[in-house]
Amino acid sequence: MPPTSSPSDHPAAASGTPSGQLPGPPTGKVLACIDQSPYAQAVCDFAAWSAERMTAPLSFLHVLDATSGNVQGDRNLSGAIGLGAREDLLEKLATLDEERARLAMEQGRQLLAGAVERARAMAPDLEGATKRIEVRQRHGELVDALLALESETRMLVLGKRGSSSAAEHGHLGRHLEQVIRSVAKPILVAQQSFAAPKRIMFAFDGSATARKGLEMLAGSPLFRGIPCHLVYVGADKPEARAALADAAGTLEAAGFEAPVALVPGNPDDALPRYQAEHGIDLLVMGAFGHSRIRHLILGSTTTAMLRRFTVSVMVLR
Amino acid sequence: MLPSLRDTWFFNLRGDVLAGVVVALALIPEAIAFSVIAGVDPKVGLYAAFSIAVITAFAGGRPGMISAATGAMALLMVVLVREHGLEYLLAATLLTGVLQVLAGVFRLGALMRFVSRSVVTGFVNALAILIFLAQLPEMTGENARLLVFGVVAAGLIIIYGLPRLTKAVPSPLVCIVVLTAAAIFLGFDVRTVGDMGALPDSLPIFLWPDVPLTLETLQIIFPYAVMLAVVGLLESMMTATIVDDLTDTSSDRDRECVGQGVANVGSGLLGGMAGCAMIGQSVINIKSGGRGRLSALVAGVVLLLMVVFLGEWVAQIPMAALVAVMIMVSIGTFSWESLRNLRTNPKSSSVVMASTVAVVVVTHNLALGVLVGVLLSALFFARKVGRFLVIRSELSDDGLHRTYRVSGQVFFTSAEAFLEGFDFKEALQTVTIDVSRAHFWDITAVGALDKAVIKFRREGARVELLGLNEASATMVDRYAIHDKPDAAEQLLAH
Repeated sequence: MPPTSSPSDHPAAASGTPSGQLPGPPTGKVLACIDQSPYAQAVCDFAAWSAERMTAPLSFLHVLDATSGNVQGDRNLSGAIGLGAREDLLEKLATLDEERARLAMEQGRQLLAGAVERARAMAPDLEGATKRIEVRQRHGELVDALLALESETRMLVLGKRGSSSAAEHGHLGRHLEQVIRSVAKPILVAQQSFAAPKRIMFAFDGSATARKGLEMLAGSPLFRGIPCHLVYVGADKPEARAALADAAGTLEAAGFEAPVALVPGNPDDALPRYQAEHGIDLLVMGAFGHSRIRHLILGSTTTAMLRRFTVSVMVLR
Repeated sequence: MLPSLRDTWFFNLRGDVLAGVVVALALIPEAIAFSVIAGVDPKVGLYAAFSIAVITAFAGGRPGMISAATGAMALLMVVLVREHGLEYLLAATLLTGVLQVLAGVFRLGALMRFVSRSVVTGFVNALAILIFLAQLPEMTGENARLLVFGVVAAGLIIIYGLPRLTKAVPSPLVCIVVLTAAAIFLGFDVRTVGDMGALPDSLPIFLWPDVPLTLETLQIIFPYAVMLAVVGLLESMMTATIVDDLTDTSSDRDRECVGQGVANVGSGLLGGMAGCAMIGQSVINIKSGGRGRLSALVAGVVLLLMVVFLGEWVAQIPMAALVAVMIMVSIGTFSWESLRNLRTNPKSSSVVMASTVAVVVVTHNLALGVLVGVLLSALFFARKVGRFLVIRSELSDDGLHRTYRVSGQVFFTSAEAFLEGFDFKEALQTVTIDVSRAHFWDITAVGALDKAVIKFRREGARVELLGLNEASATMVDRYAIHDKPDAAEQLLAH
């Protein structure tokens, strides 16, 4: 899906009024992607916390990606092929894959079982309210797995990096950008540690995307009751002030405490600075939909933000 | 978005580089042998192997597959080379590439679904037999000497014996090195690669084929180019399927068609002959641990460097040593399983497979073999499906009215059986033909129904047809199941 189209069918966005008396919230699960990375525990905690706040079913996903990495097995460089070479080779490779897949699946199941236990401990009432905590395993690429489950997903939780990306390899996991671009659901990108957010901030730029994201935030029970700073980066102009006041009104009507701030500079520096100064522990932002061409030239603001922030980030689509 | 370089090229660095080297060493004798088959200098096959392997590494749609100069293609160009010379071959190679690119652009790779498994097996076996037959001239006639047989036998012993001792070195390479050394030191009087024509003495250079750009030239090369394009794509698609199965991954067929085309254009411009994917080499690549695009690139580059810089040694390789390697390739390509399955598989599949092999071996043209195989599969299928036709009937108590209920598939093969299901000699007042559980697939079927109605009328019966609309829904060629997901179910349910 091109990033420019933002298919938000959220009732709050559709009606244009803050929530409260709106028809029921979107259905679907909180889907948490678990792997062997150090982020898995925080992902699990965030997912359990979110599911509990939204009274949504919780689903843990583990993706078995067999395509990456070196080919294993004993190396045969003899280069000789005899009778039945293809059949023998197929049999051998299939056996190898079978063993590896079994092992990976077993490891994944253990990870998932651990996650479920952790979630139960964190949110003891969740299972009763939503029937059950579900676990899923899929083969293939993470993005494909998420797209296959998209229709039943309400919100996605994943770590900033997966186990296949070494810490020094880059600041973001190799799947993350692709996931944000392809999956049209709110995505919570977790850092390595979890604490229930006490103060969150919303990066507001007055754009239509930001307004939609704001309405989504106001309409959702996820962060309700947590003070939400509205931060506008740019020159101090009357229009900006007006837009901010309007946005604060939206949030306050939904029961949020919403201090506003107008900070100069460019978003890359100003937002992290504001976050550090005010002890904010979660950033909410719209996935800034650029055209594909602009994206190729400038890179995505969203991923730049993800890279800069040391707190967890919620990306709204 | 473009997947990262790491994911497409360097995810299996060690395996790809090692496998690429093994493949390069195995490619050299093959490329030389196929040049000999085509009747051109070894350098034509070697330049082709280099450019095709390297270009498909970048442009192909099936990572892990090795493409280069092949026997299937070489066999098709023999007459062209003999009658018109090398330059026309290069022009035909160029045109082949263009045709293949067009095939990719128009997504003809999807046509491969008409090629059944039996045809694929037949193709592969025929290819193996052709490669083997092409080695015979080196061992018959004036070459039929004990020394030659001895060298071939020694080669085969090394190739198949050495892997029992060590799998760390490619045994075909050891075979060639040992036999070449023996031939030099012991002064064997056997034909060598150098006797077959020029070897590459430099890196390939860009050359436009030296042919007149006239309609006459096109008339000469076009039929060859079409055959080459078809056979090249067939073998490439089949090899891609084999690699898909071996690695449990999928390939991009349309991209592969375009890639093969671009590779042939490149080969033609660099003085190489037309080529395609190679079953044997691809199996060797996978077996040696190659999975990514890198292995084909390494194979091409290593091959060229070896040949250019070791040219004078390559020239000393006895042809008999190459024959041993090629016999290995033909044995490895042959589907041994297909012989064992000959008894257990349905007879029709075995007939399709055997006919494909027979036609290819007789005509030396793999495209003809596949054509015959595909036609036979279609006929056998039509015959089988035509049997799914049942006509039941019941007579009313007064004996004046009969209801026929037709269920099953009515089309050109079953139309006659359809007519035989009616008893036209029975004297009736009214006849009801209920076709709502039948499918009329073509106008032959509708014609048969008309005929039945007219016959009954001529015998004085009034005919009532039931459910014709449902039955003939299948007639419409534009019947678009993909537009309506439940259309197929509706069709099969009624």
